[in-house]
Amino acid sequence: MSSRDSVLKAIRKSQREATPLPTLDQNWLTFDDPIDQFTTVLESVGGKCIQVKSLSEINDRLAEFPQFESANVRASTIEGLGLPTFSLDEIDDPHDVENVDFAVLAGEFAVAENGAVWVTDETLKHRVLHFITQHLALIIPNKNVVNNMHEAYKRLSFEGGRFGTFISGPSKTADIEQSLVIGAHGPRSHVVFLVDDAF
Amino acid sequence: MKHATAAAKFIANDERAHWHDKALWFIRSKRDRMAHSVPEWELLRDTAAAVKAHTMTHLAELLEQFEENATKLGATVHWAKDAAEHNEIVHGLLREHNVKKLVKSKSMLTEECHLNPFLEKHGIEVTDTDLGEWLVQLRNEPPSHIVMPAIHIKKEEVGELFHRVLGTEEGASDPPYLAEAARTALRQKFMEADAGLTGVNFAIAETGGIVVCTNEGNADLGVSLPKLHIASMGIEKMIPQAEHLGVFLRLLARSATGQPITTYSSHFHGPRPGGELHIILVDNGRSKLLASDDFHRSLNCIRCGACMNTCPVYRRTGGHSYGTTVPGPIGSILAPSRDPDEHSTLPYACSLCGSCSDVCPVKIDLHSQLLTWRRDIAALGYVSLDKSVPMKLASAVFRRPWLYRFAGRVARNVVPWMPRFMLYNPLNVWGRKRELPEFPKESFQQAYARRQKTSGKGGVR
Repeated sequence: MSSRDSVLKAIRKSQREATPLPTLDQNWLTFDDPIDQFTTVLESVGGKCIQVKSLSEINDRLAEFPQFESANVRASTIEGLGLPTFSLDEIDDPHDVENVDFAVLAGEFAVAENGAVWVTDETLKHRVLHFITQHLALIIPNKNVVNNMHEAYKRLSFEGGRFGTFISGPSKTADIEQSLVIGAHGPRSHVVFLVDDAF
Repeated sequence: MKHATAAAKFIANDERAHWHDKALWFIRSKRDRMAHSVPEWELLRDTAAAVKAHTMTHLAELLEQFEENATKLGATVHWAKDAAEHNEIVHGLLREHNVKKLVKSKSMLTEECHLNPFLEKHGIEVTDTDLGEWLVQLRNEPPSHIVMPAIHIKKEEVGELFHRVLGTEEGASDPPYLAEAARTALRQKFMEADAGLTGVNFAIAETGGIVVCTNEGNADLGVSLPKLHIASMGIEKMIPQAEHLGVFLRLLARSATGQPITTYSSHFHGPRPGGELHIILVDNGRSKLLASDDFHRSLNCIRCGACMNTCPVYRRTGGHSYGTTVPGPIGSILAPSRDPDEHSTLPYACSLCGSCSDVCPVKIDLHSQLLTWRRDIAALGYVSLDKSVPMKLASAVFRRPWLYRFAGRVARNVVPWMPRFMLYNPLNVWGRKRELPEFPKESFQQAYARRQKTSGKGGVR
């Protein structure tokens, strides 16, 4: 018998009486001002949230960040934003984005309860950019802020297969004596722009 | 080795034992703050427990559904009945792809299977990229905690280690400086790796996807650069639908480290364009555990580590004293089901305080299961003489009222006059860290009779 069949057989042999799935239709936590909650939680996990009226305002705000000003290599997936120094489309090997200092990428929506932003590789050829860049800025329409993770999963579909991740703040570790260090392997800073404009 | 013997080594260093205790209590306190900030916390726990219970009663069909959907997305699903088969599958994949260097993110399953030494024997360079996991790998020791593998190591020791291995400044112990040195060294490993291996936090039957949670971003870096991604998972990681992640991701990081969510919660559905994704479903004793009427609920564990952080025994004795991949309360249930003789003392590394059951996000009745294990271990005859002989004596006394009364009289009238060396000697294991209480002048029966006499009948108000 194959291992598959013997494992499944062993499980079936010991399967006990079926229990039902619970309902997920509950009055889950919501907030009077989800954007305010998102901003507070994101700050508590080492990130920053900035609200802007228009996409064009973002470049001015980015210029206020020393890590943006001093970045030698910049990448962006949003036209007109982030002063990219090269075109991502021309890169074939993900290893070649190793030296990106600052990346400006699109996020789909934000979650108020935990400061997370859902990002995918739908418009991004090399998903590694989210994790390899030294500094990360995510851009989200401000109408896309949900209260909690249950609302978040209502928006998600995984049909056809695609990569997606919730990112909540910059990369971090506390593995040395529980001292929090920001910038473990991935981004050392993380800023989320909530924009009035749709894009 | 007995837990108490291994623990004695750890607590011999009193200062370190207290430091360890405090570090874990700090995390437990953060967990409490996070749990209290969610009004529906108990509803979440109930829901999570019910989802897991449903999953375990439908496990075979959910695994089949997962296999079908993952395959549709272009992933390859492998099945391993034990650790040896798992390791062979990983090695086979690495050989096929001519992999010389592998980067791993944290996976307790691969610890359980002893994958690293197996691959190293075959000439493959393996790097654990979670900082804590890398620290214990460099020190050639197992993790002492499932979420914080290096919780037992002091920053000065990390400094010495990095000075030796990475050439950092001698005597440097500043965590940001040391973490930066690790970042530089490990980034090189990520760039050179031919393949990435991750564990799996959740596998979704309905979509065929897997979810991996990290704070460092090491899993994502490890599998987004090379073309080959291998994911190793125990068969109990299954959940029915993606929407159930809403429940589990709200509980996991809050319970584990007191964060609202891990920094990265990555959902892999099929390989990335041009890449390969291999998912290995591992049994290794899990189906046997599923068959156990008493212990099957321990399969519901989502490996948050909250039971360790709160356990008064774990906090004071350190993870290594358990001698298992998963230490603490949950480990003390899982390990005896593999080998009750080898791990017979673990269910006794417990005060039955029940704190573990109170914090468990999926409501496993941990302390009750530990008590049940004690019964089974006694029935199997694995209880050591220093426990079994006193228990037999006590039983003989309690079954004979005259002997009980006599023993009580002796204890009250003779013991207080006995010299110390007769009471606290090597035979009295109990008395090593404990003092006998002051003995009362009269027995309970005497006191009750006296009370009845002075206050008349119905003396209980």
